Amino acid sequence: MNGGRLPTAEFEVEEVERAARTAGLGQDRQAEPGMLRILDPEGRLADGMTAEIAGELVDFAPYLSTSDAPHLLSLYRDMYLVRRFDQESTALQRQGQLALWVPLTGQEAAQIGSGRAMEAQDYAFPTYREHGVALTRGVELSEILRLFRGVTNGGWDPRERNFHLYTLVLAAQSLHAVGYAMGIQRDQLADPSLPQAASVAYFGDGASSEGDIHESMVFAASFDAPVVFFCQNNQWAISVPSTVQTRVPLAKRAEGYGFPGVRVDGNDVLAVEAVTRWALEHARTGRGPVLIEAYTYRMSAHTTADDPTKYRLSGDEQEWRTRDPLARLETYLRSAGLANDAFFEGLAGEARVMASDLRAAVLSMTAPDLESRFAAVYAEPHPLVQEELRFFQQYESGFADEGKHA
Amino acid sequence: MATMTIARAINEGLRASLANDPKTLLMGEDIGELGGVYRVTDGLKKDFGAMRVVDSPLAESGIIGTAIGLALRGYRPICEIQFDGFVFPGFNQITTQLAKLRTRSDGMLSAPVVIRIPYGGGIGSVEHHSESPEALFAHTAGLRIITPSNPQDAYWMIQQAVTCEDPVIVFEPKRRYWLKGEVDTGAPVGDPFTAHVLRRGTDATVVAYGPLVPVALAAAAAAEEDGRSVEVIDLRSISPIDFDTVTESVIRTGRLVVAHEAPTFGGIGGEIAARVSERAFLSLEAPVIRVGGFHMPYPVARVEEQYLPDIDRILEALDRAFAY
Repeated sequence: MNGGRLPTAEFEVEEVERAARTAGLGQDRQAEPGMLRILDPEGRLADGMTAEIAGELVDFAPYLSTSDAPHLLSLYRDMYLVRRFDQESTALQRQGQLALWVPLTGQEAAQIGSGRAMEAQDYAFPTYREHGVALTRGVELSEILRLFRGVTNGGWDPRERNFHLYTLVLAAQSLHAVGYAMGIQRDQLADPSLPQAASVAYFGDGASSEGDIHESMVFAASFDAPVVFFCQNNQWAISVPSTVQTRVPLAKRAEGYGFPGVRVDGNDVLAVEAVTRWALEHARTGRGPVLIEAYTYRMSAHTTADDPTKYRLSGDEQEWRTRDPLARLETYLRSAGLANDAFFEGLAGEARVMASDLRAAVLSMTAPDLESRFAAVYAEPHPLVQEELRFFQQYESGFADEGKHA
Repeated sequence: MATMTIARAINEGLRASLANDPKTLLMGEDIGELGGVYRVTDGLKKDFGAMRVVDSPLAESGIIGTAIGLALRGYRPICEIQFDGFVFPGFNQITTQLAKLRTRSDGMLSAPVVIRIPYGGGIGSVEHHSESPEALFAHTAGLRIITPSNPQDAYWMIQQAVTCEDPVIVFEPKRRYWLKGEVDTGAPVGDPFTAHVLRRGTDATVVAYGPLVPVALAAAAAAEEDGRSVEVIDLRSISPIDFDTVTESVIRTGRLVVAHEAPTFGGIGGEIAARVSERAFLSLEAPVIRVGGFHMPYPVARVEEQYLPDIDRILEALDRAFAY
């Protein structure tokens, strides 16, 4: 259940442990002051959630969905499905069907919680790991795999889902999110009857060091742009720990830009959802940007090309596994009598069908013609591209008789 | 018809773009209250307001990156980069994001962002204020690059860049900002991505663009005194390049000199030389000769006159072409 056990191949353990001690790692990082949480790792639900944010006491009661049983089940379902999707995608990569895979295991609550907090009119700008957010925005999960299959660099129409294409250059999308939010501001000035909206900029602890994050926060603050910066601090930028990226909790950086920053337990889907709902409302209603740091852990590798046993302690992984976002919600759902074996078994069956359909969809994805790529470079006719296309067609047609390149 | 400087013509062109389409907006450092360090946007904030003429924070990646986001929301941002040498903090956003958006989205998305960059030397300025980085952008598929050399082109080409569905970089020849000329605001100049033959000749062709167009014309006039009939082409567009016009000219004249301020190595001149040798090899009486900057960072102001191609450097190149 819950995604199963992760590989923990151990070698060079002593070396890694020595390096970790030097870097001050392996210490308890659970006791994080000011981290918002309503569902603890043992699956116990707190009575409420409040916080002092930018000098104001915020009661998250209006944003919490804790008393909405069908909603809780649907949150669990989303998290379960996307974890199963992650496992199937990892398998597809291992079997040579995908060029690369970027796992999200461990970050389901951060992604499903924040994604479900968005309204249809909001617009998300993902990194390359936001499979859970994609699910909540209605992107077909198989569409995500087109990029990793190498048949497109996009995969879906962002305008249909209000979910931008994956961006692989770290932090570049955070500026797009701010610019998009500046557009929302202008649209609402022109037509106040439009629904209030915000954009969400996803990024990670690694990308927080990129200059574009700084510039995007400066622009957002300068123009009070309706944007929520959603940072998933999964502790590791490939092999470099978040302690190398920042000396203070990332959420605290917001203060330097003059807008609220909140650290939330990124493995608590209910807290993430509530905090994101609050932040989106804050942004949509003209009160400016918010930074959310979802404190979580990448329970798997950075990508399928990565080997975490080279740089981090298996003990850390074990410890974080006790804070698994799915396990704690399952415990709560069972203890509160909201779900029983039949629910979880039914979900497992649904996920098996999804995985099987996904596999079939991936195997049927075929490469585009290189010829078609000429048409997507420019919107308007471009003589050089046209000339090179003619050359390419002529060159290819020379092989027609041999049937080699048909 | 009105006589105005290139700077004024761009100002008027921007004014027309802002008036024609409510989705257009200007972004850049010091472009609002101040009107830009070259005053190209003078008065526009007063007339169109702070939401349409945005004094941005001092961050080039921020300007380009937020412009991309605005374009995704349906806007047509026109960004000003204050000086050529300051575009590089925005280089990542331009080359990895702006240029690729259409391809990455399989043609679904467009990014009609315009980036205005005052470029080139000859203004006696300090480091990073006199560069010609156009080849770095021309090498990037997905971008269009134009550079007007006179007020009439400046007035129209900026507006055409704004209505183009592709991202367009407009390199503005800053040392010619005060060059005056006639502007006919009722007569569009046609396709901005084509070259114009400015002077007819029969013995050799000189291709130039931006700030070197007046130099090329002066060199052709001087050559005429030596009995050489030199054709001058203003390239106007650096990506795409109008190879048809250039090739047609070279087939008639048999000789080609390409002049630009940017260093010749890996530059636009080399690209033109290669294409022309492919298309008109048997018409060439001499190798294509490039006139340009040397392979060094742009030199200090006190020696830039020696570095920059001038009339004599173009005439010397013509001499070499005629020596074959």
